[in-house]
Amino acid sequence: MSVLIDKKTKIIIQGFTGKMGSFHAEEMIKYGSNVVGGVTPGKGGLKHLNLPVFNTVKEAVKSTGATASILFVPPAFAADSAMEAADAGIKTCVAIVDGIPSHDMIKIKRYMRRYSRTEKMTLVGPNCAGIISPGKAMLGIMPGHIYKEGKVGIIGRSGTLGYEAAQQLKNLNIGVSTSVGIGGDPINGSSFKDILEKFEEDNETEAVLMIGEIGGPQEVAAGKFAKENMKKPVIAYIAGLTAPKGRVMGHAGAIVSAYGESAVEKVELLKECGVTISQNPSVMGETVKSALNSKN
Amino acid sequence: MDIHEYQAKKILSGFGVTIPRGGIVYSPENAENKARELGGSKWVVKAQIHSGARGKAGGIIVCNSALEVAQAADKLLGKKLVTNQTGPEGKITNRVYIEEATEIKKELYLGLVFDRSSESIMVVASTEGGMSVEEISKKKPETIIRSKIEVAVGMQKFQAREIAFGLKIEPKLIARAAETIIGCYRAFSELDATMVEVNPLVISNQDQILALDCKMSFDNNALFRRNQVSELRDKTQENSNEVYASDRGLNYVSLDGNIGNIINGAGLAMASMDMIKLAGGEPANFLDVGGGATPEKIVKAFKLISMDKKVKVILVNIFAGINRCDWVAEGIVQALQKIDIKVPLVIRLAGTNVDKGNKILKESKINYIEANTLEDAANKAVKALGK
Repeated sequence: MSVLIDKKTKIIIQGFTGKMGSFHAEEMIKYGSNVVGGVTPGKGGLKHLNLPVFNTVKEAVKSTGATASILFVPPAFAADSAMEAADAGIKTCVAIVDGIPSHDMIKIKRYMRRYSRTEKMTLVGPNCAGIISPGKAMLGIMPGHIYKEGKVGIIGRSGTLGYEAAQQLKNLNIGVSTSVGIGGDPINGSSFKDILEKFEEDNETEAVLMIGEIGGPQEVAAGKFAKENMKKPVIAYIAGLTAPKGRVMGHAGAIVSAYGESAVEKVELLKECGVTISQNPSVMGETVKSALNSKN
Repeated sequence: MDIHEYQAKKILSGFGVTIPRGGIVYSPENAENKARELGGSKWVVKAQIHSGARGKAGGIIVCNSALEVAQAADKLLGKKLVTNQTGPEGKITNRVYIEEATEIKKELYLGLVFDRSSESIMVVASTEGGMSVEEISKKKPETIIRSKIEVAVGMQKFQAREIAFGLKIEPKLIARAAETIIGCYRAFSELDATMVEVNPLVISNQDQILALDCKMSFDNNALFRRNQVSELRDKTQENSNEVYASDRGLNYVSLDGNIGNIINGAGLAMASMDMIKLAGGEPANFLDVGGGATPEKIVKAFKLISMDKKVKVILVNIFAGINRCDWVAEGIVQALQKIDIKVPLVIRLAGTNVDKGNKILKESKINYIEANTLEDAANKAVKALGK
């Protein structure tokens, strides 16, 4: 098992025929993802990478049975594409794109409120590296080879810091069930808590590593959720100890504007929730290892 | 993106918020003329810099004659103003705003921000205007009113009325106050703002409700569709290296330390800075060249870091994903052929094709210190400071 995607998950690419869409579609196919086609409005009926192109997500879903999609569309059109996916019945949608206006993200989330819990699409991102269930499928832009198949779930706001964690785990011979990049924006499709919930239900995941950073209330909300609802150990690292207050650190969401949003405060609040803290980014792997050992 | 007070006021006035009469000038002569043109017997000369707390720093001067207005403008223009928000280097005043003085009966606070927990727009108001919102929440937390606005339907009149009554505004002024609050909300929501702060919002002796000072910030990601906002950018108010970086697609924040960083990805950049700090050093900057880290971006990054005189050591930390380490290494070698770096250089490559990447670096003639892990890189960078 894994969360969100596995070997069978049928995937379509939104923005399929563009440069980015084509490149990453090929990478995903090479990794073993079950890519069944794509959408580019106006190019329906063509073949691209030997796969069918559709004009709308609805047509693609009807014809292929796809349940997952990944967006490679410019920021100005991303909200529209995400809502189209939700309306077509896609269950998991990854938005890689960096630069979606916050007001648009709020719009997407309000739009999705019309669906019941069971019908609702899980939107992951934007401004993220995507999802990988090692050895099964990749719905993202990460280097697949650095992930070993295994039992640790990873949730992170940063792409490359997530790679760093996966490599540290691999070097210790620890594998990953699924790694989910929730993205660096102030408002994202899925929160740490949303994904923790899925990992808790997944019977192959034994522990979860959260890679957070300064800004926003999400890590602490996830910590509270873990304390009240989770049996599996949660390990966290929070980046941005040296970040000055009030400055945006690369990620639009990485800004300290209220109490509880700095790295030091988040670490304190997470400890109170019983989350194991990785003291620095070079011991994320080792901290997970000792948490797994003390569990067994 | 931040804008000046006078720009923010002009925007709000377009949404039906009343502002005191005033005008922007760039010279003492024009300041005097502007004062005469506005008429009256009392004016306020306000330094236009991207910072709050200007009053305490001497950036706001009350004048009783047109001549005094000219003198005040002369005192402020071309000078750096240091407030508790600008940092010690301060910000330059290139324009001053001349405004008719307002006789104040009551000062209120009105702010609008994104609330990341509820993913909606939050209005924060208080009867204690004139203080910063941080100060209000420390000294008079009981006066703070919060109202969450459902963005799908926008602010309703009853919500604005509730806020106005909460601010203890007298009944005959409630309708006007509600219009003012709704105006601020509309400006926020229709222009992709991330913050609107009217502090103070005042009730004058003549019972006018006026935005006496205003700050606005906007979502950089939405500037592509807000030309009228993006043209208000004033680069003189930003750190020059940060402007250089943002014009070249690099995410850069200047800091106080002496270890320069070139890193791909914002999270990895923050993590590397944390490691530098733990190793006993201080980062000179935050710099994210993007997850992709193309050779072109790396050349630009070296150029940028070489412009920062504080930097005594450079740490490069690249985790290559889809881009490969060999490609990144070629970018580094190219950069060092073009730019003369005189300080020690620590390089840590990881990820795809790391061995090939390190081989390229070793076989090139560049002078550098190789590091293998995040920790190793930070330790070596701090150690190199002593050399």
